[in-house]
Amino acid sequence: MVKKVIMKSYLGLILLFMYLPIVVLIAFSFNKSKSRGNWTGFTFKWYEELFRNSQIKDALYNTIIIALLSSVIAVVIGTLAAIGIHSMKKVKKTAVMNLTYLPVLNPDIVTGVSLMLMFVFIGTFVKMQMGFLTMLLAHVTFNIPYVILSVLPKLKQMNTNLYEAALDLGASSSYALRKVIIPEIMPGIVSGFLMAITLSIDDFVISYFTTGSGVSNLSITIYSMARTGVKPTINALSTLMFGGVLLLLFIINIRSDREEKKRKSIKTGGMEV
Amino acid sequence: MKKKWLSYPYLVWMAIFIIIPSLLILFYGFTVKDEQGFRFSLQNFYRFCDPIFFSVLFKSLWLALLSTFVCLIVGYPVALILASKEYSKKTTMSMLFIIPMWMNFLLRTYAWLTLLEKHGIINSILSFFHLPTINILYTNGAVVLGMVYNFLPFMILPIYSVLMKVDNKLVEAAQDLGGNWVTVFRKVILPLSLPGVMSGLTMVFMPAVTTFVISKLLGGAQYTLIGNLIERQFLTVYDWNFGAAISIIMMIFILISIAIMSRFDEDKGGGAALW
Repeated sequence: MVKKVIMKSYLGLILLFMYLPIVVLIAFSFNKSKSRGNWTGFTFKWYEELFRNSQIKDALYNTIIIALLSSVIAVVIGTLAAIGIHSMKKVKKTAVMNLTYLPVLNPDIVTGVSLMLMFVFIGTFVKMQMGFLTMLLAHVTFNIPYVILSVLPKLKQMNTNLYEAALDLGASSSYALRKVIIPEIMPGIVSGFLMAITLSIDDFVISYFTTGSGVSNLSITIYSMARTGVKPTINALSTLMFGGVLLLLFIINIRSDREEKKRKSIKTGGMEV
Repeated sequence: MKKKWLSYPYLVWMAIFIIIPSLLILFYGFTVKDEQGFRFSLQNFYRFCDPIFFSVLFKSLWLALLSTFVCLIVGYPVALILASKEYSKKTTMSMLFIIPMWMNFLLRTYAWLTLLEKHGIINSILSFFHLPTINILYTNGAVVLGMVYNFLPFMILPIYSVLMKVDNKLVEAAQDLGGNWVTVFRKVILPLSLPGVMSGLTMVFMPAVTTFVISKLLGGAQYTLIGNLIERQFLTVYDWNFGAAISIIMMIFILISIAIMSRFDEDKGGGAALW
């Protein structure tokens, strides 16, 4: 009993530590005063201003477009790469996998700085400005390894005979790829995609070094605001985004709960018969 | 399956966006730029051999180690509780430790300013109860707090996932054989959880050494860690050669620490036979 209380209060304490800043952020999105720190009354005006502020709208737009585009590209390249890597011989496979781990293990700042050097280097040959495109390329680069790492385990679990059976039954190899391999590894592809989107939305360091000419995502906007003081509009935006994520999570939870119950009721129903 | 060619687009991509940039870092680090262009030199590394830069490097390593240690001390019990039979069925509880990461980390770190300020929320509460106030903002303390706050989930999650896989029968067997909970923990649970601890240590230490955002937000504009030094060379001073050299030095330290940790891991595994 005492043990349970101690466990509960310890978890509560740590959760308080983790959520205190979030609660503060959400609370101050409803604060009348512009400055952080003193509470002067309840208001919705920051939410209204959010829809008028073009700087934040642009940043949000860039964040979402880059997250979606980079994840889709990363999923296509990464999934194909995983299938290719899976069929490689051991030595070559190890070499390629070490290369894949490199951007995962590299500190963000080194990845960002090295990509920046490369974009500048390319810029001396081709007329290319740092901006949306360079940021997108950088995001694809750090997303691909995560797609590969989540697809490869599914390929390992897959029964190779399935693919060969499809070929024996007269499927062309590309048809078998589409109809047999891809559906089998779909869970891995989806989780890789979700991971890529999350990483892309949350990234600051790599975007910071690879952007230019006034193109910024939410993180960069927040960082540049932090010097002069973050406006409560950003608080309002992140409150909305946080609420959105929670809602999504809630819906997924309820749905999987319901499916579980359905499965259980089918099982027990079957037993009664 | 003969589908090797499917990975070629990826290999080309990696060659352009990983290998060439890494080579460029090396190139810049080992050269200096003058009127005739680039020439090979170790001057950037000589320049780093200055007590000022050494103290920055030492401070970065020390603060990162300190926050990694705090994360371990605070995070291990959390993972232990979450994996215990009281909580292991409740996935919502473990979700609660992941959800904060979905809010922008810059904003969450920024919120600590509001909390830690001289007349901020925490001090208001403390003074309301007539307790002594704390003034850690713009000190090492605030930076360590920011690191622990941001990277704690990276310590909890790997330990938690390893502990969830520990066969409960082993724990029960140890208890049946008369081990009290300290012995069971020391002899069974802790050794089995070491792989998770190792990856937790790496996952906290690496971003903590290289951060330049947390130190800038919570340590103030003049606060310098190795990450700030690199950022400044590239974006303010435009001394890319020196910046690249510092990046190489930092990478060396990170590789050394990873090597030490994996060595330690192996020692634990293979060491039993030696003893």
